[in-house]
Amino acid sequence: MRVELVRERIDSAALLREIKVGADGAVCVFDGIVRDNTRGRRTLHLDYEAYEEMALKQMRELAEEAVVKFGVRDVAIVHRLGRLMVGETSVLIVVASAHRGAAFEACRWVIDTLKKTVPIWKKEQFVDGAVWADGEKFPEEIVGVGE
Amino acid sequence: MRVRVRLFGPLRDVAAKAEGWRELREGDCVGDLLASMRGEGGLPAEMLAASAVAVNQEYAERGRVLMDGDEVAILPPVSGGGCES
Repeated sequence: MRVELVRERIDSAALLREIKVGADGAVCVFDGIVRDNTRGRRTLHLDYEAYEEMALKQMRELAEEAVVKFGVRDVAIVHRLGRLMVGETSVLIVVASAHRGAAFEACRWVIDTLKKTVPIWKKEQFVDGAVWADGEKFPEEIVGVGE
Repeated sequence: MRVRVRLFGPLRDVAAKAEGWRELREGDCVGDLLASMRGEGGLPAEMLAASAVAVNQEYAERGRVLMDGDEVAILPPVSGGGCES
């Protein structure tokens, strides 16, 4: 299970090549990239930062949980930090499985859960200013009650 | 006892000075720490309310009792991944 935070370009093709074994019937890839605008406002670049120790721990748990929950064979999660330009990959999720159904489902679950729970933030630099992206609301069980 | 507070993302931008070691009373919980930080100002209440807290890199509830040496991270809503939201 390959789980990494990196600062250099993510080599999607290499990761895909690396994960496949003979028992696999399907590999599902989610490639999250930097878009050139947010609600019509032109993006120059994004800066990603993470609570690195915790993010890695959470990503490892996600990969392990996906294997158990969906019965896939292997999961790789690589997230890039630092400055990313339009079109570059910020997160790559690769799921290898004997069957496509489980691969699709696991891949979808991993990215959806990562976006809600893994402590990574992005700041968007526009031509006319910079703002932190609105995060996803934390699931109830994480924020807890009483505030 | 002392705990180490860490802030991230938009919270650190507005309140970097609130980071670092802080003195607490024995038996204080996460909620007590947040209340004292809110009382000092500098940390916007609505940002705090939307944030999650992690103690020693694990999500923790507001009632979690803190121990000497704990690392307490206050995490605004996360926004990792691509731009596809």
